[in-house]
Amino acid sequence: MASKLIEKYIRPGTLPHIWCSGCGHGILMRALAQAIENLGLDKDKVCVVSGIGCSSRIAGYMDFNTLHTTHGRAIAFATGVKVANPEMHVIVVAGDGDLTAIGGNHIIHAARRNLDLTCILLNNDTYGMTGGQFSPTTPMGDVASTAPYGNMERPFDTVKLVIGAGATFAARGTAYHVNPTIKLMQEAISHKGFSFVDCLSACPSYYGRKNKKGNIVKMLEWQRDNAKTEKVHASVEPEWLEEYDKILKANKK
Amino acid sequence: MNKKLVINEKWCKGCVVCVAFCPKDVLEMKADKVVVKNESACIYCGLCELRCPDFAIHIEKEEGKK
Repeated sequence: MASKLIEKYIRPGTLPHIWCSGCGHGILMRALAQAIENLGLDKDKVCVVSGIGCSSRIAGYMDFNTLHTTHGRAIAFATGVKVANPEMHVIVVAGDGDLTAIGGNHIIHAARRNLDLTCILLNNDTYGMTGGQFSPTTPMGDVASTAPYGNMERPFDTVKLVIGAGATFAARGTAYHVNPTIKLMQEAISHKGFSFVDCLSACPSYYGRKNKKGNIVKMLEWQRDNAKTEKVHASVEPEWLEEYDKILKANKK
Repeated sequence: MNKKLVINEKWCKGCVVCVAFCPKDVLEMKADKVVVKNESACIYCGLCELRCPDFAIHIEKEEGKK
Protein backbone atom coordinates (compact mmCIF):
# COMPACT_ATOMS: atom_id res chain seq x y z
CA MET A 1 0.00 0.00 0.00
CA ALA A 2 2.87 2.34 -0.63
CA SER A 3 4.07 3.99 -3.79
CA LYS A 4 6.90 2.40 -5.75
CA LEU A 5 9.24 5.20 -4.63
CA ILE A 6 8.55 4.55 -0.94
CA GLU A 7 8.79 0.77 -1.37
CA LYS A 8 12.14 1.17 -3.07
CA TYR A 9 13.77 3.69 -0.73
CA ILE A 10 12.21 3.20 2.70
CA ARG A 11 13.10 0.18 4.81
CA PRO A 12 10.15 -2.19 5.14
CA GLY A 13 8.41 -2.20 8.51
CA THR A 14 9.66 1.23 9.60
CA LEU A 15 6.52 3.15 8.65
CA PRO A 16 4.51 4.94 9.91
CA HIS A 17 7.40 7.14 11.01
CA ILE A 18 7.61 8.74 14.45
CA TRP A 19 7.31 12.33 13.21
CA CYS A 20 4.27 14.32 14.30
CA SER A 21 1.23 14.86 12.15
CA GLY A 22 2.15 17.39 9.48
CA CYS A 23 5.93 17.34 10.08
CA GLY A 24 7.77 18.84 7.12
CA HIS A 25 10.54 16.25 7.47
CA GLY A 26 8.33 13.60 5.87
CA ILE A 27 7.84 15.78 2.79
CA LEU A 28 11.58 16.41 2.54
CA MET A 29 12.55 12.77 3.07
CA ARG A 30 10.33 11.82 0.15
CA ALA A 31 11.88 14.67 -1.84
CA LEU A 32 15.38 13.30 -1.17
CA ALA A 33 14.27 9.82 -2.24
CA GLN A 34 12.82 11.31 -5.43
CA ALA A 35 16.05 13.25 -6.11
CA ILE A 36 18.12 10.07 -5.77
CA GLU A 37 15.64 8.18 -7.98
CA ASN A 38 15.82 10.91 -10.64
CA LEU A 39 19.62 10.74 -10.62
CA GLY A 40 19.45 6.96 -11.01
CA LEU A 41 22.08 6.32 -8.35
CA ASP A 42 22.94 2.78 -7.25
CA LYS A 43 21.52 2.33 -3.75
CA ASP A 44 24.71 0.59 -2.65
CA LYS A 45 26.72 3.64 -3.68
CA VAL A 46 24.78 6.07 -1.50
CA CYS A 47 25.48 6.65 2.18
CA VAL A 48 23.13 8.73 4.31
CA VAL A 49 24.67 10.01 7.54
CA SER A 50 22.70 11.70 10.29
CA GLY A 51 23.31 13.03 13.77
CA ILE A 52 20.74 13.32 16.55
CA GLY A 53 17.27 14.83 16.40
CA CYS A 54 14.00 14.43 14.55
CA SER A 55 15.67 14.76 11.16
CA SER A 56 18.22 12.14 12.07
CA ARG A 57 15.58 9.43 12.08
CA ILE A 58 16.04 9.50 8.32
CA ALA A 59 19.10 7.27 8.61
CA GLY A 60 16.84 4.62 10.13
CA TYR A 61 14.11 4.94 7.54
CA MET A 62 16.00 5.25 4.29
CA ASP A 63 17.24 2.07 2.67
CA PHE A 64 20.83 2.93 1.77
CA ASN A 65 24.11 2.52 3.58
CA THR A 66 23.22 4.61 6.62
CA LEU A 67 24.97 5.86 9.70
CA HIS A 68 23.17 7.36 12.71
CA THR A 69 25.88 9.15 14.62
CA THR A 70 26.36 11.30 17.70
CA HIS A 71 24.92 14.78 18.16
CA GLY A 72 26.41 17.30 15.77
CA ARG A 73 29.07 14.94 14.46
CA ALA A 74 27.36 13.69 11.31
CA ILE A 75 29.77 15.60 9.07
CA ALA A 76 32.80 14.26 10.92
CA PHE A 77 31.62 10.66 10.39
CA ALA A 78 30.63 11.44 6.79
CA THR A 79 34.13 12.78 6.13
CA GLY A 80 35.57 9.44 7.22
CA VAL A 81 33.10 7.49 5.06
CA LYS A 82 33.90 9.59 2.01
CA VAL A 83 37.68 9.45 2.41
CA ALA A 84 37.55 5.67 2.83
CA ASN A 85 35.03 5.20 -0.03
CA PRO A 86 35.61 7.94 -2.61
CA GLU A 87 33.13 6.34 -5.04
CA MET A 88 30.29 6.67 -2.51
CA HIS A 89 27.75 9.52 -2.69
CA VAL A 90 27.79 10.63 0.94
CA ILE A 91 24.74 12.65 1.99
CA VAL A 92 24.53 14.23 5.43
CA VAL A 93 20.97 14.86 6.60
CA ALA A 94 20.75 16.83 9.80
CA GLY A 95 18.66 19.38 11.61
CA ASP A 96 19.38 23.01 12.41
CA GLY A 97 20.32 22.30 16.01
CA ASP A 98 22.54 19.41 15.02
CA LEU A 99 24.31 21.12 12.14
CA THR A 100 24.54 24.76 13.15
CA ALA A 101 24.81 24.60 16.95
CA ILE A 102 26.77 21.64 18.27
CA GLY A 103 27.98 20.75 14.77
CA GLY A 104 28.74 24.32 13.76
CA ASN A 105 32.48 23.77 13.81
CA HIS A 106 32.24 20.71 11.59
CA ILE A 107 30.13 22.40 8.95
CA ILE A 108 32.43 25.37 8.46
CA HIS A 109 35.50 23.18 8.15
CA ALA A 110 33.78 20.72 5.81
CA ALA A 111 32.84 23.71 3.65
CA ARG A 112 36.41 25.03 3.80
CA ARG A 113 37.95 21.66 2.86
CA ASN A 114 35.58 21.22 -0.07
CA LEU A 115 35.39 17.46 0.39
CA ASP A 116 32.77 16.01 -1.97
CA LEU A 117 29.89 15.75 0.54
CA THR A 118 26.26 16.75 0.20
CA CYS A 119 24.72 18.35 3.23
CA ILE A 120 20.92 18.58 3.48
CA LEU A 121 19.82 20.76 6.38
CA LEU A 122 16.24 20.09 7.49
CA ASN A 123 15.65 23.45 9.08
CA ASN A 124 12.60 23.57 11.33
CA ASP A 125 13.77 26.55 13.41
CA THR A 126 13.74 24.62 16.67
CA TYR A 127 14.95 21.59 18.62
CA GLY A 128 11.86 19.47 17.95
CA MET A 129 12.84 16.18 19.56
CA THR A 130 13.77 17.61 22.94
CA GLY A 131 10.83 19.94 23.43
CA GLY A 132 11.10 23.08 21.33
CA GLN A 133 14.20 24.87 22.61
CA PHE A 134 15.51 27.71 20.44
CA SER A 135 18.20 26.85 17.94
CA PRO A 136 20.70 29.05 16.06
CA THR A 137 18.13 29.42 13.26
CA THR A 138 15.13 30.42 15.40
CA PRO A 139 14.10 33.86 14.12
CA MET A 140 14.62 36.80 16.49
CA GLY A 141 11.60 37.48 18.70
CA ASP A 142 10.09 34.03 18.30
CA VAL A 143 9.08 32.07 21.35
CA ALA A 144 10.71 28.78 22.34
CA SER A 145 10.60 26.68 25.51
CA THR A 146 13.98 28.19 26.47
CA ALA A 147 12.96 31.67 25.28
CA PRO A 148 9.52 32.20 26.84
CA TYR A 149 9.72 35.97 26.30
CA GLY A 150 11.04 35.68 22.77
CA ASN A 151 14.42 34.83 21.29
CA MET A 152 16.73 37.81 21.76
CA GLU A 153 19.48 36.45 19.51
CA ARG A 154 19.87 36.92 15.77
CA PRO A 155 19.63 33.71 13.72
CA PHE A 156 22.24 32.31 11.36
CA ASP A 157 21.77 32.82 7.67
CA THR A 158 23.02 29.29 7.06
CA VAL A 159 23.55 29.74 3.34
CA LYS A 160 25.72 32.83 3.86
CA LEU A 161 27.54 30.96 6.64
CA VAL A 162 28.61 28.07 4.42
CA ILE A 163 29.44 30.34 1.47
CA GLY A 164 31.61 32.40 3.80
CA ALA A 165 33.31 29.22 4.94
CA GLY A 166 34.06 28.20 1.36
CA ALA A 167 31.21 25.90 0.25
CA THR A 168 31.13 25.49 -3.52
CA PHE A 169 27.38 24.91 -3.80
CA ALA A 170 24.71 26.48 -1.62
CA ALA A 171 20.95 26.60 -2.14
CA ARG A 172 17.68 27.11 -0.32
CA GLY A 173 14.65 24.87 -0.61
CA THR A 174 11.36 24.49 1.29
CA ALA A 175 8.87 21.81 2.19
CA TYR A 176 6.23 23.71 0.21
CA HIS A 177 8.17 24.08 -3.07
CA VAL A 178 8.82 20.36 -3.35
CA ASN A 179 9.66 20.04 -7.05
CA PRO A 180 12.22 22.88 -7.15
CA THR A 181 13.72 21.52 -3.92
CA ILE A 182 14.07 18.06 -5.50
CA LYS A 183 15.94 19.67 -8.42
CA LEU A 184 18.25 21.54 -6.04
CA MET A 185 18.95 18.31 -4.14
CA GLN A 186 19.82 16.63 -7.44
CA GLU A 187 22.19 19.44 -8.34
CA ALA A 188 23.76 19.32 -4.89
CA ILE A 189 24.33 15.56 -5.06
CA SER A 190 25.81 15.84 -8.58
CA HIS A 191 28.06 18.75 -7.57
CA LYS A 192 31.72 17.91 -7.03
CA GLY A 193 32.79 19.47 -3.77
CA PHE A 194 30.95 20.47 -0.62
CA SER A 195 27.31 21.17 -1.42
CA PHE A 196 24.70 22.49 0.97
CA VAL A 197 20.91 22.78 0.70
CA ASP A 198 19.03 24.55 3.49
CA CYS A 199 15.55 23.02 3.31
CA LEU A 200 12.99 24.96 5.31
CA SER A 201 10.94 22.29 7.08
CA ALA A 202 8.11 22.94 9.51
CA CYS A 203 7.53 21.90 13.11
CA PRO A 204 3.83 22.39 13.80
CA SER A 205 4.05 20.69 17.22
CA TYR A 206 6.59 22.98 18.88
CA TYR A 207 7.72 25.95 16.81
CA GLY A 208 4.35 26.36 15.12
CA ARG A 209 2.24 25.96 18.23
CA LYS A 210 4.42 28.15 20.46
CA ASN A 211 4.47 30.94 17.90
CA LYS A 212 0.80 30.70 16.92
CA LYS A 213 1.70 29.93 13.32
CA GLY A 214 -1.37 27.75 12.90
CA ASN A 215 -1.41 24.19 11.62
CA ILE A 216 0.89 22.74 8.98
CA VAL A 217 -1.32 24.04 6.17
CA LYS A 218 -0.87 27.62 7.44
CA MET A 219 2.87 27.05 7.86
CA LEU A 220 3.22 25.75 4.30
CA GLU A 221 1.16 28.67 3.01
CA TRP A 222 3.56 31.00 4.82
CA GLN A 223 6.46 29.28 3.02
CA ARG A 224 4.64 29.65 -0.28
CA ASP A 225 4.20 33.39 0.26
CA ASN A 226 7.49 34.26 1.97
CA ALA A 227 10.23 31.69 1.50
CA LYS A 228 12.60 31.53 -1.42
CA THR A 229 13.75 28.49 -3.32
CA GLU A 230 16.97 29.33 -5.08
CA LYS A 231 20.47 28.30 -5.97
CA VAL A 232 22.54 30.97 -4.24
CA HIS A 233 26.07 29.94 -5.08
CA ALA A 234 27.96 27.47 -7.26
CA SER A 235 31.67 27.54 -8.00
CA VAL A 236 34.57 25.25 -8.85
CA GLU A 237 37.39 24.94 -6.35
CA PRO A 238 40.01 22.24 -5.70
CA GLU A 239 38.29 19.20 -4.21
CA TRP A 240 39.87 17.62 -1.13
CA LEU A 241 40.20 14.04 -2.41
CA GLU A 242 41.76 15.18 -5.68
CA GLU A 243 44.28 17.28 -3.78
CA TYR A 244 45.00 14.32 -1.51
CA ASP A 245 45.69 12.12 -4.54
CA LYS A 246 48.11 14.73 -5.89
CA ILE A 247 50.02 14.74 -2.60
CA LEU A 248 50.17 10.94 -2.58
CA LYS A 249 51.44 10.78 -6.16
CA ALA A 250 54.02 13.53 -5.66
CA ASN A 251 55.47 11.77 -2.64
CA LYS A 252 55.47 8.19 -3.89
CA LYS A 253 58.90 6.63 -3.53
CA MET B 1 -2.94 3.55 -18.77
CA ASN B 2 -5.44 4.02 -15.95
CA LYS B 3 -4.59 5.83 -12.76
CA LYS B 4 -6.15 5.64 -9.35
CA LEU B 5 -5.75 7.26 -5.95
CA VAL B 6 -4.61 4.89 -3.24
CA ILE B 7 -4.88 5.81 0.45
CA ASN B 8 -3.16 3.97 3.27
CA GLU B 9 -5.37 4.78 6.27
CA LYS B 10 -2.95 3.21 8.73
CA TRP B 11 -0.25 5.75 7.88
CA CYS B 12 -2.50 8.83 7.66
CA LYS B 13 -2.06 11.15 10.66
CA GLY B 14 -4.78 13.55 9.59
CA CYS B 15 -2.60 16.62 8.97
CA VAL B 16 -4.95 17.83 6.17
CA VAL B 17 -2.12 18.91 3.84
CA CYS B 18 -3.43 16.84 0.92
CA VAL B 19 -6.98 18.16 1.36
CA ALA B 20 -5.79 21.78 1.59
CA PHE B 21 -3.51 21.73 -1.45
CA CYS B 22 -5.70 19.62 -3.77
CA PRO B 23 -6.59 21.94 -6.67
CA LYS B 24 -9.77 20.01 -7.52
CA ASP B 25 -11.29 19.42 -4.08
CA VAL B 26 -11.11 15.65 -4.46
CA LEU B 27 -10.32 14.74 -0.87
CA GLU B 28 -11.95 15.24 2.52
CA MET B 29 -11.41 14.27 6.13
CA LYS B 30 -13.53 11.68 7.92
CA ALA B 31 -12.75 10.78 11.53
CA ASP B 32 -9.25 12.36 11.21
CA LYS B 33 -8.34 10.28 8.16
CA VAL B 34 -8.31 11.33 4.54
CA VAL B 35 -10.90 9.79 2.22
CA VAL B 36 -11.65 10.27 -1.47
CA LYS B 37 -14.73 12.44 -1.89
CA ASN B 38 -14.90 12.73 -5.65
CA GLU B 39 -12.35 10.78 -7.66
CA SER B 40 -14.02 11.67 -10.97
CA ALA B 41 -12.78 15.26 -10.49
CA CYS B 42 -9.18 14.12 -9.90
CA ILE B 43 -6.67 15.17 -12.55
CA TYR B 44 -3.90 13.02 -11.00
CA CYS B 45 -1.55 15.98 -10.66
CA GLY B 46 0.19 14.25 -7.76
CA LEU B 47 0.36 17.26 -5.43
CA CYS B 48 -1.15 15.18 -2.61
CA GLU B 49 1.49 12.50 -3.02
CA LEU B 50 4.24 15.13 -3.30
CA ARG B 51 3.32 16.82 0.00
CA CYS B 52 1.95 14.00 2.15
CA PRO B 53 4.42 13.87 5.07
CA ASP B 54 3.34 10.31 5.84
CA PHE B 55 3.35 8.75 2.34
CA ALA B 56 -0.27 7.75 3.01
CA ILE B 57 -1.62 8.75 -0.41
CA HIS B 58 -0.29 8.00 -3.86
CA ILE B 59 -1.31 7.63 -7.45
CA GLU B 60 -1.06 4.15 -8.83
CA LYS B 61 -0.74 3.48 -12.51
CA GLU B 62 -2.53 0.36 -13.63
CA GLU B 63 -0.37 -0.75 -16.48
CA GLY B 64 -1.78 -2.77 -19.35
CA LYS B 65 -5.27 -1.26 -19.02
CA LYS B 66 -6.73 1.44 -21.19
